[in-house]
Amino acid sequence: MTASSTKPATRDTDRRSRRDARHDALFRRVLLFCALLVLAALLGAALSTLWGGREVLLKDGFNFLTRSDWNPVTDTYGALAPIFGTLVTAIIAIVLAVPVSFGIALFLTEIAPSWMRGPVATAIELLAAIPSIIYGMWGLFVFVPFMSTVEPYLSSTLGKLPVVGALFQGPPLGLGILTAGIVLAVMILPFIASVMREVFRTVPARLKESAYALGSTTWEVVWDIVLPYTRSAVIGGIFLGLGRALGETMAVTFVLGNSYNITSSLLMPGTSIASSIANEFNEAVGLHRSALIALGFLLFVVTFVVLLIARLMLRRLERREGS
Amino acid sequence: MNDLAAPAQAQPVTATGVRTKIEVRNLDFYYNRFHALKSISMDIPERKVTAIIGPSGCGKSTLLRVFNRIYAMYPKLRAEGSVALDGENVLDPGYSMNRLRTKVGMVFQKPVPFPMTIYENVAYGIRHHERLKRRQMDERVEEALHQAALWDEVKDKLKQSALGLSGGQQQRLCIARGIALRPEVLLLDEPTSALDPIATSRIEQLVEELKKTYTIVIVTHNMQQAARVSDYTAFMYMGELIEFGNAEKIFTKPDKKQTEDYITGRFG
Amino acid sequence: MAINIYTRRSAANILAMLLGGIATVIGLVFLAWILWVTLKNGFSALNLNLFTKITAYGSDGGLANAIVGSVGMDLLALLICAPIGVMAGTYLAEYATRSKLGATIRFLNDILLSAPSIVLGLFVYVIIVVPMSNMTNGAVSFSGLAGSIALALIGLPVIVRTTDEMLQLVPGTLREAALSLGIPQWKLTVQVLIRAATSGILTGVLLALARLAGETAPLLFTAFGNNFMTYSPLAKTASLPVAIYQYTNDPSPAMHAIAWAGALLITLFVLTLSLLTRLFFARKKVSYE
Repeated sequence: MTASSTKPATRDTDRRSRRDARHDALFRRVLLFCALLVLAALLGAALSTLWGGREVLLKDGFNFLTRSDWNPVTDTYGALAPIFGTLVTAIIAIVLAVPVSFGIALFLTEIAPSWMRGPVATAIELLAAIPSIIYGMWGLFVFVPFMSTVEPYLSSTLGKLPVVGALFQGPPLGLGILTAGIVLAVMILPFIASVMREVFRTVPARLKESAYALGSTTWEVVWDIVLPYTRSAVIGGIFLGLGRALGETMAVTFVLGNSYNITSSLLMPGTSIASSIANEFNEAVGLHRSALIALGFLLFVVTFVVLLIARLMLRRLERREGS
Repeated sequence: MNDLAAPAQAQPVTATGVRTKIEVRNLDFYYNRFHALKSISMDIPERKVTAIIGPSGCGKSTLLRVFNRIYAMYPKLRAEGSVALDGENVLDPGYSMNRLRTKVGMVFQKPVPFPMTIYENVAYGIRHHERLKRRQMDERVEEALHQAALWDEVKDKLKQSALGLSGGQQQRLCIARGIALRPEVLLLDEPTSALDPIATSRIEQLVEELKKTYTIVIVTHNMQQAARVSDYTAFMYMGELIEFGNAEKIFTKPDKKQTEDYITGRFG
Repeated sequence: MAINIYTRRSAANILAMLLGGIATVIGLVFLAWILWVTLKNGFSALNLNLFTKITAYGSDGGLANAIVGSVGMDLLALLICAPIGVMAGTYLAEYATRSKLGATIRFLNDILLSAPSIVLGLFVYVIIVVPMSNMTNGAVSFSGLAGSIALALIGLPVIVRTTDEMLQLVPGTLREAALSLGIPQWKLTVQVLIRAATSGILTGVLLALARLAGETAPLLFTAFGNNFMTYSPLAKTASLPVAIYQYTNDPSPAMHAIAWAGALLITLFVLTLSLLTRLFFARKKVSYE
């Protein structure tokens, strides 16, 4: 090739190179913008609810969190009752769902014959796919009547116990904090179970085999080897479930009873942050609406912290797997 | 212009009348802080097969990846020194990527056909560099597949997915894809390590054929292969070029003790 | 003595195995119970009116406007979140596998994945519904568009995550091969990598649809609801979940029957979609918790 024939061609390819580089830079910037939208969504959710709730927050400040009266007629709003209801229902859900999820994960990783594992795991995960409104309907029309036949027995047995007895005394309405907690437990069960199942499977086979070689039973291997090895991720899974339980709306709205109560009895109706917002938002105006949005801000911050802890705990195991 | 230029460290290897295609001078390469290539200098002759051998981790693949600057897609990698292709330093940022890519093709360890038809796999690269009429494109694709000794096997199924081909066919398709751009240099990075012996020998025959047109640099961990296909052989160890010379000489009477130890299987 | 230890240990083992089995049965019983109730009540309430009449007729009506509203908003939501999600996921997989920013976005995306949907509804209310109402003097307030944006926020993190995971499964050599031909990064990404990961990305989009189609809470104060048929994205729009919510709150059993029929439609749609994506995608693992 002679110099005269290569020169124009070279200039042409160089020009194309510059154009490609320009397009690459533009492409990268567009993608980055979309990725930043994820951050914007989270930040926006926090800031917009803070902004929407500014009236009540500026007026009452911290008293908003500590006062228990919620009265649209006198236009006074204290968030304690919904906070109480949210926390108590979520705690009940966790207390019930964690052992059951652990049992399911144990069954799916250690007990069930292998042909059974896939279908059963899918079935359990389907529980997570059912829309929450369906849980709400089932809860209201089926589970509440069921609970109202069970609750008299609870009152007459557990209700007689010292100390914890107070939790189980009250009218057998069917509705109430306990019922909501149970419905939530069923909802979050598949999430916790699937995290546990997945992390149990990350335990290296040689670890388990060496324990079996010493004559350990399956249960001993799970309790002494598998659980300690996966502890942080298991806690992460539990927090993930907790985050879900705190923020769930439709499943609890129908069955909580929507009353601003703080009682010692779990059989009494109550309310939660999410169900207060869902029930009252469209009729609320002015300060009332602002108070509901402020509740939303509160819910967002609390679930954010819980989910943050969950993800941090889950990430620890991933790291170890990676190394 | 520098037919007989003697590299600083390596022995002059090029016989009279053989032109140097790639002239490497004092090339250093760093992964983060790790010094992966240490002051490499060598002359790669035109239209010959140059093999680079050495134990894993010796830097042979890294060296190949500097020749077409593919390392630049990863962050924190850095090359210093010069790699002159026909007298122009390709490491110079002013040497445009597209120009380098059309001059230097590359084939990888595992066959990686694109998720497209066989025809599209070959045409895809051309389309980015040249605007061709349909007829011309057909000819170019056919020519590349012929050169890669694949035409007879695929001529009736050009519109089928490339993922349906066997491993050896996929690798020859990747060679066709590389030479379809009419490069001057072809870099082969352990091109047969994922293939069975029959497919391997077909690729080796193909290399023999291709060196009439292209300057070929092949990295291989298989010494017999290097001995079979290469005209010149470089032995690398721990990021250094230990010895570079005529293949026959390297494999029968190497100058360095380390080379001899490796060739005879005493380490590596 | 030795026998004692062994009996105790194996008894503990048997008890644990038994409890594990019981726990699984509990989970399955609840699934069967909920599905059974939905199917039984839903099928007995199914009739043609559901699809032909609108909610304005109350207990003599159907859900036609709610179905149309749901389908429209779900599709619009996908149109919004699928391109953004795929591009964001592509950024994470192709440009940010090791960067701090990438790790942060990936981490926060996982949090968005489980954030309370009702708060996302409030978010859209504050940034879309209120400003629109202020700008138009109340002529446009709650709208199908706002509902779609709220639903898109539910679907977005699902798509981001699956796209990211699927692209990371594409072997790096494919990138090198294309780059060695001089194909620029953007072309390589769009024409080679995304094509190689199409089935996985599509699965992510379907998963997102399955998730957002059942959502109620974010629609309450964005799309609101409407007793009449609307096709305008700027009008208040009915949706199946919100209609079910309203009918469930109604004291009349005839309304409850319609709510069950709607619940059946949604449940069948969502479960079919989840099962399909699972089959479609049996091998590759995707978590969407």
